[in-house]
Amino acid sequence: MASKYSNITFKGFRRENGRVGVRNHVLILPVDDISNAACEAVANNVKGTLAIPHAYGRLQFGEDLELHFRTMIGTGSNPNVHSVVVIGIEPGWTKRIADGIRETGKEVAEFSIEQKGDFETIRAASWAAKDFVHKATEVQREECSISELWVSTKCGESDTTTGLGSCPTVGNMYDKLLPEGITGFFGETSEITGAEHICQKRAINEEVGERWYAMWKAYQDDVIFAHQTDDLSDSQPTKGNIEGGLTTIEEKALGNLEKIGRTSQYIDILEPAEQPSSGDGLYFMDSSSAAAECVTLMAAGGAVVHTFPTGQGNVVGNPIVPVIKITANPRTVRTMGEHVDVDVSGILRREMTIDEAGDALIDMIRRTANGRNTAAEALGHREFSMTKLYRSA
Amino acid sequence: MSEIPHLLVHEKADNVGVVVVEGLTAGTDMLCCITHDNSTFRLTAKHDVPIGHKVALVDLKSGDTAMKYGEDIGKIIADIGQGEHLHTHNCKTKRW
Repeated sequence: MASKYSNITFKGFRRENGRVGVRNHVLILPVDDISNAACEAVANNVKGTLAIPHAYGRLQFGEDLELHFRTMIGTGSNPNVHSVVVIGIEPGWTKRIADGIRETGKEVAEFSIEQKGDFETIRAASWAAKDFVHKATEVQREECSISELWVSTKCGESDTTTGLGSCPTVGNMYDKLLPEGITGFFGETSEITGAEHICQKRAINEEVGERWYAMWKAYQDDVIFAHQTDDLSDSQPTKGNIEGGLTTIEEKALGNLEKIGRTSQYIDILEPAEQPSSGDGLYFMDSSSAAAECVTLMAAGGAVVHTFPTGQGNVVGNPIVPVIKITANPRTVRTMGEHVDVDVSGILRREMTIDEAGDALIDMIRRTANGRNTAAEALGHREFSMTKLYRSA
Repeated sequence: MSEIPHLLVHEKADNVGVVVVEGLTAGTDMLCCITHDNSTFRLTAKHDVPIGHKVALVDLKSGDTAMKYGEDIGKIIADIGQGEHLHTHNCKTKRW
């Protein structure tokens, strides 16, 4: 049924595989930590490119290695990326990542350093990067339907105002836009603890709910309880959460879950960095609750805009996905205003309804998709943090 | 609502509310609003409480359950009087 949200459009970049991006990056992607220097040198040579250095990619194995490949390939495949230069120390894993990204149809150039050295690699890769920049800067935005947006969410530096204001604002947005056919992501597995009984019931059916519960329970048993050395009260909630007034993980979880609104249901569960394949709708991604890790995983899963409610003022950004900050805390608006895109502190004063706040966020999503730089983009926040499952070989 | 509330409460079943103004001092006659239905009541703050922190709406005894969002958010571990500050010193998770 048509609603007042059905006709919202934005100007996006339509990619070869039909997906729509809202940014147009030429990415210089290191396969491994020791290729960071070459990637940064290329990005320095060729203006308009973006290197995303990271800490991993050597001697990983098993599920941890699969996650590394999925994150690298997913990042390069994201529709906010026009084309990619991949650089690794050796050709095998470099090719695997380059070929994975090529499946989207976008242009990828790959280079490996062994038997050439940094100088020769940087020279050749710079030529490819320059060619990609010329092509990328000639691509025009075109009109796209709101239904083509993939929007993720994760909150950070939460306090009691996030559960009262900024998280319900995101929930209201999902309740309005998911019926229009957008694809949504939420996650933060450990942070649902205390509200798992409610989250399980928000699945589209019992089977999905049971799979969700098994995933949550495995995280509790294999990650949290397997590694805890004492009471987790100083980690969940975090020190910042406690400063902001959150007392227990149950209270934090209930506020967190406000991000999926009143009516939205998730249709499937994703591995970390996995791309959705069950059609339009809301997905739960098994993910860390650490801000940069979670946003990085959701970007690798294909989200092109991220909505980030914060209470005490998390400043995180992402290199390829615009992160929209929403806060209801008037002190954060006053003391950290440069980080805030959507001020919903009126909710606490009862001057703004959740419905009005949701509309304000939808408008900011549309403007951001059109090209407006978020606070995090303007301030240069480009946190790219890979999730690592266990020690390398 | 012409007057700005000092304290917001999610649900009628809750026994805690959240201070939503900066610089709240002990003795303030707080305007409290239940967001679920916009109903209001008044309560006197017994402590200086920072923005975002919670206040007990009723007397709570050690062993009671703190309720917020209409849900269990943890156990009371030290007696708290109505209008007093409720946080990690007198309330704890039941999970770990």
